[in-house]
Amino acid sequence: MNGAAAIELLDVRKQFGATRIIQGVNLSVRQGERLAIIGPNGAGKSTLFNLISGRFPLTSGRIRLNGQDITGLPPYRINRLGLSRSFQVTNIFHRMSVYENIRCGVLWSLGYKYSFWHPVNRLRDVQRRAEETMERIGLARRRNVQAGVLSYAEQRALEIGITIAGGAEVILLDEPTAGMSRTETAQAVELIRTVTEGKTLIMVEHDMGVVFGLADRISVLVYGEVIATDTPEAVRANPAVQEAYLGGMHKEAAA
Amino acid sequence: MSTLRYRPLDLGRWIVWGATALLFALAPLMSDASFVLTLLSQMGILIIFALSYNMLLGQGGMLSFGHAVYSGLGAYFTVHALNLVGKGAFWFPVTLLPLVGGLAGLAFGLIFGYVTTKKSGTTFAMISLGIGEMVYACVLMFPAFFGGEGGISTNRVVGEPVLGLTYGPALQVYYLIAAWAFVSMAAMFALTQTPLGRMANAVRDNPERAEFVGYNTQRVRYLQMCLSAFFAGVAGGLSCINYEIVSAENVSALRSGGVLIATFIGGVGLFFGPILGAIVFTLFAIALSGFTKAWLLYLGLFFLAMVLYAPGGLAWLIAIQIPVLRARRFSELLWPYALALAAGLMLLCGLIGAVEMIYHLSLESAEESVIALAGLEVDVRALPSWLAVGALLAAGGVAMRHASRFVSARWHAIQQDIQRGAA
Ligand SMILES: Nc1ncnc2c1ncn2[C@@H]1O[C@H](COP(=O)(O)OP(=O)(O)O)[C@@H](O)[C@H]1O
Ligand SMILES: [Mg+2]
Repeated sequence: MNGAAAIELLDVRKQFGATRIIQGVNLSVRQGERLAIIGPNGAGKSTLFNLISGRFPLTSGRIRLNGQDITGLPPYRINRLGLSRSFQVTNIFHRMSVYENIRCGVLWSLGYKYSFWHPVNRLRDVQRRAEETMERIGLARRRNVQAGVLSYAEQRALEIGITIAGGAEVILLDEPTAGMSRTETAQAVELIRTVTEGKTLIMVEHDMGVVFGLADRISVLVYGEVIATDTPEAVRANPAVQEAYLGGMHKEAAA
Repeated sequence: MSTLRYRPLDLGRWIVWGATALLFALAPLMSDASFVLTLLSQMGILIIFALSYNMLLGQGGMLSFGHAVYSGLGAYFTVHALNLVGKGAFWFPVTLLPLVGGLAGLAFGLIFGYVTTKKSGTTFAMISLGIGEMVYACVLMFPAFFGGEGGISTNRVVGEPVLGLTYGPALQVYYLIAAWAFVSMAAMFALTQTPLGRMANAVRDNPERAEFVGYNTQRVRYLQMCLSAFFAGVAGGLSCINYEIVSAENVSALRSGGVLIATFIGGVGLFFGPILGAIVFTLFAIALSGFTKAWLLYLGLFFLAMVLYAPGGLAWLIAIQIPVLRARRFSELLWPYALALAAGLMLLCGLIGAVEMIYHLSLESAEESVIALAGLEVDVRALPSWLAVGALLAAGGVAMRHASRFVSARWHAIQQDIQRGAA
């Protein structure tokens, strides 16, 4: 595993009005590592993703991507530097076909930018990359279906497809299996495992089975603070984590 | 494999474009009346203008209330260029003069578009309206360049004829417009198939997601706006050559509203929508205005009906029949459609009767109370005329209610079968 940091968060804070949502998060994710972020609802996991990906401005702190300061950059600039994210609430181009959705994720990364002189249907590299991606997310046979009429699980797969289509080295997935059945979840885990092979992955996930099977390390976020970052086994054994989070989950399950 | 897949599609395209070119070429043969050429020329110009407008509204999701700024300023620059050529200041073929309009449109797109496209949605619409009003005021404020209320007139017959073209006869002007319309159409269609064109759609549908796949949505809108302004300018240049006069009306809110209505009637969701819209709008504006003073009222009512009942426009109305045709179920709709059509005609007759009689009463001389409607002598002061109109409206309304229920029942049944078949 490469030792250099892909993502570094230095004392990152975020307030909405007077409410402190992220309260001084420090985090470092090595290149090629898979980190899962867990924590109760409302802990600030999605907010943290929104800060890293440029969706929200930070209140204070710094964020680095491959050593480069990306604090305050707009989302498209961060994306161009090799970071791509998915959304907890499906965020796709509903009126476009599956193929077109994926193609949107491909165009910039292959250097076509704002070109108004390339006929997009003749771009072999774009076509190849888009078809490859559809194959990988298992939607090749749904190529021409409008994204808005796909099943929920298919839309979630498409969400991941758009995210990985550009070949970003750092991938952020926000609850990719939320709302899925058991079999769908198992398929999604396999999908995530293969498509993020060799990449840096940060993932917010509720399903503990998914987290323990997929992550190299786990960070536990509670009330906007990381209370532990460690291997899955160590996190499971951590009493503070059990108290704050896992214990609560067990109690919920028992109730 | 992939090459094979695209071949039939390409063939279809060739047929469509070939037929379009042929239509442009043969259209003037319909009739010798000069009126027809006037109509066709205006259609050609409005086709370019409406397609350019749809680059914003349909493709980019930008509702502009000031698109005439770009066509109008394009027209002003063209008229000055044409007058300079006429004075012998420099030589430039009239055939290529619309390019001057296009470049002027582009230049103002670069300037004003930078401001308008900073925002999207309602804010964009408001800024476009503001810029439209501002430009209109400026046009009246600087008569030296814009010619004040009267505008600037010109003569398109200048210099030595190139390839025998003087552009004196209206037929030559028509073919100039047709050629530019065809080329602009093809170019604007090609633009929809480029990375920028596709991303303009993406930004329209989900600007946020577009930002997370590397696209600055503001830049996408800006570039789309500039290209659209170029084609608007071409349309302006052609209108300058066609009418040989450019005035403040060319940049007015009236024009901006007109192109919005034309585009919307035709349909913003499909590429050919604005073409249909331009044709229908011109028929209203030129053909209908020859028959009745109330043409604007009819246009407004038609626009209203489209917004309420067919917001996808004429193009959409046509496009949704295609799956039904494919499923070979269209024959089941013929009867309901015919009934709806009959009911619609009844309503329309009643409506026209009422409108024309009211117009006559309020506008025409008080003595003459008999007007000719569809070959019938109608006395607008006689009770039977009003009773007849009222009966038509009432019967038409009732018939329409039944017919539309009939249509929608059949329609839904067919749609359900089609969906079940697909699943
Ligand atoms: N745009 C926003 N404005 C105000 N409050 C927000 C905003 N986004 C999130 N929050 C608040 O921040 C807290 C954390 O939300 P979130 O990051 O979505 O939690 P998680 O993803 O961990 O469930 C919640 O209390 C939420 O209400
Ligand atoms: Mg969340």
